[in-house]
Amino acid sequence: MVLDKNQYQKTVEKIKPKPPAVKNGILAFLMGGFVCFLGEILFHVLTGFGIPEKESYTYVSIIFVLIAAILTGVGIYDDLVRIFGAGLIVPITGFANSMVSPALEHKQEGLVLGVGAKLFTVAGPVIIYGLISSLIVAILLRGLGKL
Amino acid sequence: MKKTREFSKPPVVLSYATIAGPKEGEGPLASYFDKVINNLYYYEDTWEKAEQKMLLEVAELALKKASVNKEEVDFFLAGDLLNQIISANFVARNLGIPFLGLYSACATFYEGLVLGAMLIAGGFAKKVLVGVSSHYATSERQYRNPTEQGVQKTPTAQWTVTGAVAVLLGEGEGKIKIPRITVGKAVDYGLADPSDMGGAMVPAAFDTLLSHFKETGLDYDYYDLLATGDLASFGHQLLVRLLKEQGISFGSKLTDCGIMIYHPEQQVNAGGSGAACSALVTAGYVFNQLSQGKITKFLGLGTGALLSQVTTQQGMTIPAIAHAVSFESY
Repeated sequence: MVLDKNQYQKTVEKIKPKPPAVKNGILAFLMGGFVCFLGEILFHVLTGFGIPEKESYTYVSIIFVLIAAILTGVGIYDDLVRIFGAGLIVPITGFANSMVSPALEHKQEGLVLGVGAKLFTVAGPVIIYGLISSLIVAILLRGLGKL
Repeated sequence: MKKTREFSKPPVVLSYATIAGPKEGEGPLASYFDKVINNLYYYEDTWEKAEQKMLLEVAELALKKASVNKEEVDFFLAGDLLNQIISANFVARNLGIPFLGLYSACATFYEGLVLGAMLIAGGFAKKVLVGVSSHYATSERQYRNPTEQGVQKTPTAQWTVTGAVAVLLGEGEGKIKIPRITVGKAVDYGLADPSDMGGAMVPAAFDTLLSHFKETGLDYDYYDLLATGDLASFGHQLLVRLLKEQGISFGSKLTDCGIMIYHPEQQVNAGGSGAACSALVTAGYVFNQLSQGKITKFLGLGTGALLSQVTTQQGMTIPAIAHAVSFESY
């Protein structure tokens, strides 16, 4: 009794459980919105202390990165992402998590070849392709005379 | 080409020892394990050392339970999931028993049992120690992502079982015997999703299972219990479906170790996986049931997805294997 390969692949695709996209989408939307809401509050608190607007934006990012780094360090951030998905991966907190988690993971292999070499394994591609796409957009805008 | 061997003088299980991780210790089979560790580091400074410590401990415990010295053991057969099977190799260094390192991914335990039984039945050894380990964190970092990285897993993804198991096989009298084994073929049905290893392994389990019955001539209702290694909930569902298409049904007698080892609410997606998954369920739960006479005939099918992170990243499909070993008590 030999299984037919194509038939098998079709069966797998047909009955494979799909991720709950609607539920994941709603939870990501709510959490993403909540993070932005917190950012907005923080921004107003900071400007209330007389910190200039432009600097306040930077402080908000720094504070969020710090919070995410601490939550990653104590092992909570990955549990939250399991529930809220993109709602916590897309904000700058997700970027912090993608830097801190390999740093924690590879400290056992030393500070140079462990932490130093592996720090950007997750965030590296984001930076590279972020830079490349911003370059392309800049060239296009310049071509259109908008920059 | 016959894949099954039946032994005129079946090798026996002399002793066995199990250590399970914290999550497995909260699962439904917790009471069947010799020891449950409460931290993935197990008082070591790295996860790799913790895994080695568990494997060394079960190997020594199995020998102690059978009152057997290291010098009396002919061969140590062991493997694990890490690159260069470091857990097994480093433990073999400490044990000093003539050693053969094995790798069949999550089917490594059953590969060890197959080889150990054949070495004894063939008259090449009187006592063989089979050992296996896997560890959630060491596997996760090697095959997937840093453990603390936030990732939303798919419903077919599985959770690597933390644990170590050692089984001492020998000749002569014993409550649990190994009358026959079936060596699986590596098969590849063209699936490439590394977060659906159950689906990739089902054709291997299907092939080995049907070959076992065909070659031995046993009836499908011969065994009291049959368990695949770590197909988990989706893979198990697929296997049952394929068998049904052939007009075969084992009913509730056919189960899967990856389903048995965790409660559904333990957030493990489809279920458990890893070399220690089938090993903990077999040597923990099943051997207990056989010893107490609650079941007398068991067929275990260790299943392994033979992929690496490199083959996955290069877009290659996943080969899989399944080895079957029957355990019977009289």
